[in-house]
Amino acid sequence: MELLKATGVSKFFGGLKAVSDFDVYINKGELIGLIGPNGAGKTTAFNLFTGVYQPTAGAIDFDGKSLLGMKPYQITQRGIARTFQNIRLFPELTVLDNVKIAYQSHVKYGILESVLRIGRYFKEEDAIEKNAIELLKIFKLDDKKYEFAKNLPYGAQRRLEIARALAAKPKLLLLDEPAAGMNPQETQELMEMITWIRKEFGLTILLIEHDMSLVMGICERIYVLEYGSIIAKGKPAEIKNDPEVIRAYLGMEVE
Amino acid sequence: MNVLRKQDLKILAASFVGFCVLYALMSEGIIGAYWQFNLILVGINIILSVSLNLINGYTGQFSLGHAGFMAIGAYVSAILTTNFHMTFLLALIVGALGAAVLGFLIGLPTLRLSGDYLAIATLGLGEIIRITIMNIEYVGGAAGFMGIPHYTTFPWVFGIMLFTLFVIKNFVNSAHGRACIAIRENEIAAEAMGVNTTKYKVMAFTIGAAFAGLAGGLFAHCFYIINPTSFTFMASFNYLIMVVMGGLGSITGSIAGAGVLTVISAVLASWPEFRMIIYSLLLILLMFYRPQGLFGNIEIMDLKCFSRFKGGRN
Amino acid sequence: MEFTEQLVQQLINGISLGSIYALIALGYTMVYGIIKLINFAHGDIYMVGAYIGFFVISMLHLSIIPALLISMVVTGLLGVAVERLAYKPLRNAPRISLLITAIGVSFFLEYTTMYFVTPQPRTFPNVMDDVTYHLGMFVINGQQVLIFVITLVLMVLLTYIVQRTKIGKAMRAVSFDTETAQLMGIDANRIISVTFGIGSALAAAGGVLVGVYYNSIDPLMGIMPGLKAFVAAVLGGIGSIPGAMAGGLILGVIEALVSGFISSTFRDAAAFAILILVLLFKPSGLFGKNTREKV
Repeated sequence: MELLKATGVSKFFGGLKAVSDFDVYINKGELIGLIGPNGAGKTTAFNLFTGVYQPTAGAIDFDGKSLLGMKPYQITQRGIARTFQNIRLFPELTVLDNVKIAYQSHVKYGILESVLRIGRYFKEEDAIEKNAIELLKIFKLDDKKYEFAKNLPYGAQRRLEIARALAAKPKLLLLDEPAAGMNPQETQELMEMITWIRKEFGLTILLIEHDMSLVMGICERIYVLEYGSIIAKGKPAEIKNDPEVIRAYLGMEVE
Repeated sequence: MNVLRKQDLKILAASFVGFCVLYALMSEGIIGAYWQFNLILVGINIILSVSLNLINGYTGQFSLGHAGFMAIGAYVSAILTTNFHMTFLLALIVGALGAAVLGFLIGLPTLRLSGDYLAIATLGLGEIIRITIMNIEYVGGAAGFMGIPHYTTFPWVFGIMLFTLFVIKNFVNSAHGRACIAIRENEIAAEAMGVNTTKYKVMAFTIGAAFAGLAGGLFAHCFYIINPTSFTFMASFNYLIMVVMGGLGSITGSIAGAGVLTVISAVLASWPEFRMIIYSLLLILLMFYRPQGLFGNIEIMDLKCFSRFKGGRN
Repeated sequence: MEFTEQLVQQLINGISLGSIYALIALGYTMVYGIIKLINFAHGDIYMVGAYIGFFVISMLHLSIIPALLISMVVTGLLGVAVERLAYKPLRNAPRISLLITAIGVSFFLEYTTMYFVTPQPRTFPNVMDDVTYHLGMFVINGQQVLIFVITLVLMVLLTYIVQRTKIGKAMRAVSFDTETAQLMGIDANRIISVTFGIGSALAAAGGVLVGVYYNSIDPLMGIMPGLKAFVAAVLGGIGSIPGAMAGGLILGVIEALVSGFISSTFRDAAAFAILILVLLFKPSGLFGKNTREKV
């Protein structure tokens, strides 16, 4: 059952082609990888899926319905959450508040209730706090919950981004280079964590990565992008030996 | 029992005590007419700076047109009391609503802009409001609108100021307030986390405008006459400076900024040029050595010495 | 016939006014282009230029061209001093700090000048004979000719400097990408100072010409024209030099037309209305470029 389907998607910025003839499908529960040299259009693809960009042509369907014309926050409410290539946390907010933000679309109390502090305000705030702390515990961040996000070490910031995305209760999680800047041990822990949350939360995951050990290790299927077009797709074993892929990555070590 | 409610009651009690003290001092004449007037002005300026802080400090939207909303509230409420003999409170509310409506209409198209462009757009809109008022004969045009009854007293100002602080404080500490802060911190990420950024930017803008209108109404009823020159972009700059001096994103800061600036203004009133020169130098030095203002983005309740008044985290 | 007469007359007035706006707008646009600062104090630099011209003419009894040159040089240096003292230390500070500092500098210039010359407006001494030229049915006076000529000369000079000289090239490089320009060996600080200097000198020229044309100067004269010149810069595309020239002229003409055909009390609103329209429909202005944030 296809959760996300992109058909014939293109994105042009003026005369510059970022992505073209992009045909991708992701089934429910799968863990898919999106790889390719820098500038290949991977993050553009994410931006198209999350509504930051509108495709110049083509269709994008999520859970049976079209995503075209929808704003990013609406797409998030539909069930797609993401992390960013260059971390985009809320620096002056605490770790806890960073996660709480993602519950925004599920908040039921209105402005009047928040100002007068009546009705659902206290109950919902308590629920949000409880859920947020639970999530932080999973990512081993609960001891830092009152720290400002800007003060966290790099690895913790990346984990926080993922925790925050999960707080939005997505069906599909898009991770943009989650292992960037991590050492082999941290990468290993990340791999285990991704596998674990996938099972625990019943997630479908699309992953952009440069770290081949991670990609080959946990992805079920892989798409390879170069200059905005898909040059190869299939299972890890097939991709590893694909001559086009090797050519595109010439000089890069593929295990 | 809810910790937050307890803290609110304590603040309310302390404020009531403060009010009684000041009121007594005024009634006895220990605080003379000049300073009575200035205390009222401090109260009005606090409403203006806190409401501007909601827009600029908490939501990170650069608005330089606050005086325009104040003008709407001032003129609308003044006309209602003077020409239609409406009761003061009702006139104030209608004035605030008028300002809110305008804030909404202005906010919707302009909040697509960001940074410097938003700043100059709001500055331009504030000026357009002022110039339009200046060209309407019914409200007195450039000469001003007169005959305004003197309804504004210290209790009125204090009460409405408390109301303002209460509303904005609670707004900021809710999920909706968090959404606004998230927009300030990283708008793209906020949108990606499900926050309808347009809705919240316009919301903050409208609420800020409403309170500016309320302050405008109070301002108008301090004087027999009001005219457009009180609502130029210079006035908007003044309120902006109060917010920045106190600390963007801190309600306590806005209170302090409004207080300090109004008092300095009052103390140096006899030497206008000298006052402005000192003021401008202080401003520049502040930006050099303490750009985050007096309180940065922390509240007075966050300081260690008050920790025994707090139960959980606010 | 009366309508077209009025029209052309207002056009002529508009171009005079627009030339002044253009001269001030150039300073705004060059400074914004190079350090992304809306220099709110720029209008007051224009005012100081007017006063320096005033004192040179009334005290030193020099004629208009030397007065213009002296004012441009002195005000240019003032602009450099302001940049060095007030803006350079905050080069890496958040935008709002710079903005508040610019406001502070603006107040400082206004009220220090007021302290020394009193708030009373001063009458600019007569430096030209009141000549009027009649071209067919249109009247154009000597001062307007002076404004056209001087503005034209300055704009040609500026364009030459920016396009044909090494320092101009450096200015363009720094405004495009400061870090890379520095890596290429350009002293960004010096270039920024030069930019402020040139911008201030142009504003000073505008100030002196305004003194000649309208005859009256006062310490707060820079506020409104400063703001309007800024609108002109935005209209033309902030950061673009041809944009500032075009924007200034267009704004001047529109303002003259509004004043002549609709009402003079709405003339100020015209500038702001243009601002809003530009920002809503084409924020990059006539000649500007659109920059988007990378996600």
